[in-house]
Amino acid sequence: MKINNVILRTVAKLVFFIILTLAVYLFFAGHNSPGGGFSGGLVLASALVLLFIVFDIETIQKGIPIDFKLVAAFGAFLSVGTGFGALVFGENFLTQAFDYFNLPFFGEIELTTVTIFEAGVALVVVGVVVTILLSISEDE
Amino acid sequence: MSTLVLAIFIPFLAAALIPFLYKYLKNIHVGWFVILVPTGLFIYLASLIPTISSGEAIVQTMNWIPSYGIDITAYLDGLSLTFALLISGVGALVILYSIYYLSSKEPIGTFYTYLMLFMGAMLGVVMSDNMLVLYVFWELTSISSFLLIAFWYQRKRSREGAKKSLIITVSGGISMLVGFIMVGTMANTWSIREVIANVSAISEHALFIPAMLLVLLGAFTKSAQFPFHIWLPDAMEAPTPVSAYLHSATMVKAGIYLVARFTPVFGGEAVWFWAVTGVGIFTLFWGSFNAVRQTDLKALLAYSTISQLGMIMSMFGMGSAALHLGYSNESMVYTGATFAALFHLVNHSTFKGALFMVVGVVDHSVGTRDIRRLGGLITLMPITFTIGTIGSMSMAGLPPFNGFLSKEMFFVSTLEITEASFFGLGTWGIIIPIIAWVASVFTFVYSTIFVVKTFLGPYKEEKLEHPAHEPKPGMLVSPIVLGLLVIAFFFMPNVVGNHLITPAMSGIFPTFAAGGADFGTYIHAWHGFEPELFMTIGVVLFGVFLYFTRKYWSGVYNLFPEKRSINVFYGFVLDQIEDKSTVVTNKYMTRYLRDYMVYIFAFFILVIGGTFILTGAYRFTLPENAPVSGFEWFVVLAMAVAAITILFAKSRLTAIVLNSILGFGIVILFVLFRAPDLALTQTIIEAVTTVLFLVAYYFLPEMEKEDAPKKQKSVNLLIAIGVGVVFTAVALGVQGNKVFDTISTFFENSYELAGGKNMVNAILGDFRAFDTMLEVVVLLIAGIGVYTMIRVKAKKESDQVEDK
Repeated sequence: MKINNVILRTVAKLVFFIILTLAVYLFFAGHNSPGGGFSGGLVLASALVLLFIVFDIETIQKGIPIDFKLVAAFGAFLSVGTGFGALVFGENFLTQAFDYFNLPFFGEIELTTVTIFEAGVALVVVGVVVTILLSISEDE
Repeated sequence: MSTLVLAIFIPFLAAALIPFLYKYLKNIHVGWFVILVPTGLFIYLASLIPTISSGEAIVQTMNWIPSYGIDITAYLDGLSLTFALLISGVGALVILYSIYYLSSKEPIGTFYTYLMLFMGAMLGVVMSDNMLVLYVFWELTSISSFLLIAFWYQRKRSREGAKKSLIITVSGGISMLVGFIMVGTMANTWSIREVIANVSAISEHALFIPAMLLVLLGAFTKSAQFPFHIWLPDAMEAPTPVSAYLHSATMVKAGIYLVARFTPVFGGEAVWFWAVTGVGIFTLFWGSFNAVRQTDLKALLAYSTISQLGMIMSMFGMGSAALHLGYSNESMVYTGATFAALFHLVNHSTFKGALFMVVGVVDHSVGTRDIRRLGGLITLMPITFTIGTIGSMSMAGLPPFNGFLSKEMFFVSTLEITEASFFGLGTWGIIIPIIAWVASVFTFVYSTIFVVKTFLGPYKEEKLEHPAHEPKPGMLVSPIVLGLLVIAFFFMPNVVGNHLITPAMSGIFPTFAAGGADFGTYIHAWHGFEPELFMTIGVVLFGVFLYFTRKYWSGVYNLFPEKRSINVFYGFVLDQIEDKSTVVTNKYMTRYLRDYMVYIFAFFILVIGGTFILTGAYRFTLPENAPVSGFEWFVVLAMAVAAITILFAKSRLTAIVLNSILGFGIVILFVLFRAPDLALTQTIIEAVTTVLFLVAYYFLPEMEKEDAPKKQKSVNLLIAIGVGVVFTAVALGVQGNKVFDTISTFFENSYELAGGKNMVNAILGDFRAFDTMLEVVVLLIAGIGVYTMIRVKAKKESDQVEDK
């Protein structure tokens, strides 16, 4: 899938970071407004998909040398791990905790274990989407 | 976590660690680490002997699924402790033996992983108080046994033996589960102790006898009782340490444990008495009768094990008669059988373990186990010969070995039971001692064959693969220890009797123990010229006679030809099931995706639509619904047009774009109905799936006009209309049928409960995080599935590994 399109490439380089920012925003916004790990992860994945479409796969894989299968596996490990983390503190499986902290520079902020759980979700989504896409497109 | 529960899980933990040890410690045989586990457990359990023998029982509970009353309760009384000591003690000896038996070139990492898995499961079986937990561990022993039998999976016979044992023991296990569920429903508890305490409440129940028979089926399959014994000889394909451990000392005794554990529940019933005693005594005879004709030493020992298990089983049956009479001086006589059963159980583990190890030594040394090729090893392998003789004489029931004591006690029990006047024993009881005696004669004959054919006679080196020699000293340690125990138990039987068996007895006869019964039987080696002594002398005399006249009576085996055996019947049934199910499966698995879609949708219409009509859920309350605005009409209309246009699309690209219109139409509807989260997610999903479609279609040929027969098209039309109607009806029906009160008020407090203002995400990440977690895992599995299907191609040489 090699497309030689200068305008698309130039735009994609810029848009990629905008989408990436949106993904991060959505991920954190999910706690109090629409967004969350699943949609954040999907947006992140679509940013990567854009790169794969605009540039060819080899170039991107050289630039981002990550095995996305491992990303997905690590995500699942993180999500299941937070579940077991609760057991360590004597709580039921998957009990989520949250509290408000005063951090320098940020001011009062809410920190939750859900964020770790959702990070796992996001990583699985990114990993699986990219893995499927690459598997299908690279088949001989 | 309590120590006793931990003791069950330590082997599992070890099983998880062994692969890493095996991978990173190349220079040391991994068995040296593994042996620490059973040794440690044995020492820990042995330290509990004083507590247990004083009549106490240890109970420790760890919550598992408390809402269903399923907890991991470790319960240790005399009976459990006897078994647990056997499991850890014989386990340690077997691992020591295996270090010399299996070379480091074999995949010993997997071997010890399976072995630890088995050990943990077996400890779980004998220490669980909860019936469902017991069942889980029970099946786990079957699975680990399957894995160990198929350890040399390159051999066809190993795989078949493993499959056979799995099919038979797991079928029995499932029937046992059904029995447990019946017992649990009757007694309204899963705890065995509570069931025993309320036994009078359930014994009149209509399900009592069916539950008993189902539980017995589990016990009989596991303990290789006739006619389920056929898996045990085939299981001998396993490495010899496994045969010594699983298939003679521990796993096959799980069925006996079950019978012992449930004796206070079911014992005292005539059905239980005759089923357990009858099956046991016949298995005793059939096993010993068939052991004589075997030419493979391991097969001989396998049939011998079947026979001995039958003997122990029958003693538990006879002992249960005591519960029929209730606690009195008269009934105490019958408990002697149970005492003998427990004693023989321990003895059998020692002498049979030693014998299996001896066979392993011989096999390892000369490369064959065929008695037609063996002989004359006495001078070349004197130590092995000594242990083999000790084991065999104990097995035959001769002094001064422990088998003599329990065999005499067995004879005493069979004679006593003939004097009973209940259960129709007055007429039929006399059969029991006769079969017992005949079987013992055969036992004597095969024990003699074992020693004479292997160690005496001419030495035939030309028939052996290697010249005979004693193995490394390390390999002899375990058999020597077991052989010494065989003699030690003869001279000091009351050590075992007082500390383990007496406390175990009060677990089997709790009502007697409550009545103050004293189970402390003093075991005598010599008790005068009693009938049982004459029976033993008769066994020896007649056994010697039969041994020397084998040539003249061996024709009797032709009455049971191979082609009419249970084995052949088992194979026939299995083949028939496979053939018939292949025919049925091939009928509907057409390999057309189209047909599978028809099944799925037809099923959907029938089940959902059927439920809809049967429950009368079609009360539509349209007037109560909110009015439909003009804009909503417009969006839905656009979607309908797009959907119909897809059918007429000429290229795949057009179809995808039209499909996206449907998706984005839904997004707009989500926005209109104020579901921003759904709208957002749906938008991104639409984008990503469109790309995935494009990539996948890149590899497909151009779309062609469908050329399907008319009949098929009309079926498709009917299904399409059906699914559409059912969906619409359900969607409308949901509004009109509020069966439950809404639970959404609970989630409205999401900010206080979960610290998040987005209720949807609070549900996903906190309130119902279990769903999300599992969905994530499913997504990962799907991703790996796609990857492996496309990218991982089978290597060409992979199909030649099998059937070597």
